[in-house]
Amino acid sequence: MSTLEIRGLQVSVNTDNGVVEILKGVDLTIKSGETHAIMGPNGSGKSTLAYSIAGHPKYTITGGSVTLDGADVLDMTVDERAKAGLFLAMQYPVEVPGVSVSNFLRTAATALRGEAPKLRTWVGEVKGAMEALNMDPSFAARNVNEGFSGGEKKRHEIMQLELLKPKMAILDETDSGLDVDALRIVSEGVNRAKAANNLGVILITHYTRILQYIKPDFVHVFANGRIVEQGGPELADKLEANGYADYVSK
Amino acid sequence: MSVLTTNYLTPTGREEAWRFTPLKRLRGLHDGTSVQSDRSTLIAKDSLPTGVTFTRENLEPLAASDDVIIERIRSFSPSVAHLAIAANTEVSEPIFLGRTAGALDTAEFSRVRISLGTHAVATVIVENTTDTILAEDLEIALAPGSNLKLVTLQEFESKSVYTARHHAVVDKDATFKSVTVTVGGDVVRILPTVEFIAPGGSVDLLGVYFATAGQFFEHRMHVDHAVPHAKSNVNFKGALAGQGAHTVWIGDVLIRAAAEGTDTYELNRNLLLSDGARADSVPNLEIETGEIIGAGHASTTGRFDDEQLFYLMSRGIAMSDARRLVVRGFFNEIVLEIGNETVQNRIMDRIDNELEKAGNNV
Repeated sequence: MSTLEIRGLQVSVNTDNGVVEILKGVDLTIKSGETHAIMGPNGSGKSTLAYSIAGHPKYTITGGSVTLDGADVLDMTVDERAKAGLFLAMQYPVEVPGVSVSNFLRTAATALRGEAPKLRTWVGEVKGAMEALNMDPSFAARNVNEGFSGGEKKRHEIMQLELLKPKMAILDETDSGLDVDALRIVSEGVNRAKAANNLGVILITHYTRILQYIKPDFVHVFANGRIVEQGGPELADKLEANGYADYVSK
Repeated sequence: MSVLTTNYLTPTGREEAWRFTPLKRLRGLHDGTSVQSDRSTLIAKDSLPTGVTFTRENLEPLAASDDVIIERIRSFSPSVAHLAIAANTEVSEPIFLGRTAGALDTAEFSRVRISLGTHAVATVIVENTTDTILAEDLEIALAPGSNLKLVTLQEFESKSVYTARHHAVVDKDATFKSVTVTVGGDVVRILPTVEFIAPGGSVDLLGVYFATAGQFFEHRMHVDHAVPHAKSNVNFKGALAGQGAHTVWIGDVLIRAAAEGTDTYELNRNLLLSDGARADSVPNLEIETGEIIGAGHASTTGRFDDEQLFYLMSRGIAMSDARRLVVRGFFNEIVLEIGNETVQNRIMDRIDNELEKAGNNV
């Protein structure tokens, strides 16, 4: 059982117009097996929360804490956070020219497991993960995210989620840009990872559509850099009906 | 650039062709003060297949040169190491040429010819190793319909000085692909030059270079489209790390008035991995006819992409490994063109080592 604890998290970025505070004190606790949907309008700071937890250098932590089973996440380098069990499925996965998917996955698995996975079982693992996400075997030879369609990028992210077996995953708008079929396939991948590894999930989304496939235990409404309302799955239904207007005007 | 001019005077460093080169480190190759040995170090590494010969003979130069060092080499000796692939010979395995031990107290002047007969097909890999002072006049004669891939590997040790012209004369419908790899030496200056003498030729000049602290690597192309319907593509990628690492890439492409239907593109990309390194990149396209298919160039010089490193590290990959992956990936498309796994792995390992040597500074 793992616990990711976010307390009073304040984050700012440097822009052309000076320092801008984006997160204004976020409190959130996620336990293994739980799925927390974070919903909110564009620009509310949802992605900043995701990238700050993962350690993107663009964001400056100005206050608060993030711990995973008591260990100070904010004190860790980016790779140490992954080794501690955190995973970020990115909204815009980055192209890495000249680095094949298979080389990338094996390097990542080697780093996370502390030893190179045995070739025989590894090939089967990757093949299985790709098949489960309806990905063509030729995918492994392509360069990471280079020339991938939006849907392929998201499948590749979720394939990593299944292969790398983190304790806590942050899914940053994994649903954006997916058609219904792709959304279903990707969601099934997330659900498999949850079942297999008792994964804790922070599911960041703008829309309620993905919540038909990945059932949240908790729904948090995010606006203006903080959580403004919390509830169960029924809160998503309210958002579906009313939108974010109530929260934006607050 | 433009039409070749005759200038056999000792360079002073003010000439366009020499303005980047550290003349003082050329060990006198450029001003005639070097002491020439009569060593001849180029050898065929394996037994040669049928239809292929490697002999020494006296040959007239294929083409004039306005490079002072090339002129000195030619006046020193008429003897040429000649690798000849007979007409209609198709060699499936690469032919390896290599170097026996060189020396740093004297200079070797080397004349080399690689010639392919009509419709001959071959891959030649030249392994330039050891610590040496070497000036080379390499000429490549491609008969109609022939097809050569030439890989030159500058894997010299750290004190070496190598200056060379790799000049290809491309006859009708011939295909030439060169992969120039420069990863070792103190000063390396290569002029990969091409002239098309009949229509239908196709040329790829590809290259990678990695300079670390104090190394100077210059690659100065000249592609002369003098005839119609020829195609050329230049793609050189370089990385630099460490104080005083300096690379120069010059891409001169001349499309003469007669060269209708020319299709040419040249690209140079540089990755600056630390402060204190300098990459000069000068594409230069001179077009004398508008009746062409295409002519373009691009040049970029940048640092590590933070987003790429973040992505890799967010999957648990340590910073040093992430950098190694990105650098390997950067060079990958061109190194793969070598087409020989043993050589590719050796070059990638060398690149890893160079990166590691540059170490904490990057």
